[in-house]
Amino acid sequence: MQLSTRIVMTGAAFAGLAAPAAAQSIDLTVTIPRLSVAEYHRPYVAIWLEKTGASAKTLAVWYDHDMRDNEGTKWLRDVRQWWRASGRGLSFPADGITGATKAPGTHKVSFGADALGTLEAGQYTLLVEAAREVGGRELVKLPFSWPPKAGAKADAAGSTELGAVSAVFNR
Amino acid sequence: MKTGILRALAISTALFSATGAQAHRQWMLPSSTVLSGQSSWVTVDAAVSNDLFYFEHQPVRLGNVKAWAPDGSEVALQNASTGRYRSTFDVELKQQGTYKIANAGGGIFGSYKEGGVEKRLPRGASVADIETLIPAGATDVKLSESLSRNEIFVTLGAPTETVLKPSGKGLELVPVTHPNDLVSGEAATFQFVIDGKPAAGIEIEVVPGGIRYRDQLGQMDMKTDAEGKVTITWPNPGLYWMSAEASDANVSVKGAQQRRLGYVSTLEVLAP
Repeated sequence: MQLSTRIVMTGAAFAGLAAPAAAQSIDLTVTIPRLSVAEYHRPYVAIWLEKTGASAKTLAVWYDHDMRDNEGTKWLRDVRQWWRASGRGLSFPADGITGATKAPGTHKVSFGADALGTLEAGQYTLLVEAAREVGGRELVKLPFSWPPKAGAKADAAGSTELGAVSAVFNR
Repeated sequence: MKTGILRALAISTALFSATGAQAHRQWMLPSSTVLSGQSSWVTVDAAVSNDLFYFEHQPVRLGNVKAWAPDGSEVALQNASTGRYRSTFDVELKQQGTYKIANAGGGIFGSYKEGGVEKRLPRGASVADIETLIPAGATDVKLSESLSRNEIFVTLGAPTETVLKPSGKGLELVPVTHPNDLVSGEAATFQFVIDGKPAAGIEIEVVPGGIRYRDQLGQMDMKTDAEGKVTITWPNPGLYWMSAEASDANVSVKGAQQRRLGYVSTLEVLAP
């Protein structure tokens, strides 16, 4: 216990001024609905942060990243709001961002200090957008304040391509 | 005869019939305008028709159609063919950024009297042929020079601006809002220039595609302001045909009294 505290504090000291930085995280739960359609492909999903007056920051993109010649990137533009806000400025595969598509079900993903970087205080929106080949597209938004109060949470749900989406914000 | 004249206009000076009553419109339609990936392709249909965007009248001849890569270098059209109602070609996108595909050209049209009978110059007449087309002893020679441009833009990855720089010749679009960054409900501003200078007070027409399946044209008419700018708020996602025309006396062809300038583009507006 004592040891781990010491390690955390050392890490925080290295991180510079923002002492609590090492513990910053967003724990996100995304539900991809099971759909009964004749032709089902797992959706492409983008997860990113927006703040008025700042450039958008992509946290994760789940797509067909392992196709020959990086061909899966061809459909990234179909995740169209994310593509415009952030995606088109990235190159793929993107370190720490690229991930495989996910099957229907509930998926937990945690974005720590490495992924979040230094977040200035203010009002943010966490966005989750899903686009499915031969299917539809849906965007779910979770507004939040940073730095968060202890135990801060946000919940929303999609109605077609996304199920429940929830986040817990830690600092 | 009427059809003949309309067709002549449609082909030789298609862009000018654009906003007139005869309403034949020249257009190019890319398969996509916003693309992702390491490399990609677009295929383009090019036609002259009444309804947008249905090929039903004449193909655009591809002789003057060219494409430019984001770095400004010219790229070849591939798999080009011209059918009864449309031409089609492919462009391979190997660079990240914005490509331009344009059909630009000039010509001369007009009439003269020979022995008291008015005759028209043949359609598609080129400036080089004037001497041979107008017989000695012709009177009442009326010549108009035409300079027209039909441009479309497609972007692989993030939009870039190299190909958007105007050449300084004729009527051109100088985007303030990038033409591959258009979203329904948002306003886009475009500047028009003639020979590189702001084209104030010229008429712009914007028509949404899909005309066949609705009763009203839904056309938006506007005029450029003192800086040659117009601002368009897109009412719906979809494809739009934008046309501008102007005329002046800054002719470069000897003997021409008037210069007619045209610009058209097909713009894709995405859903938010």
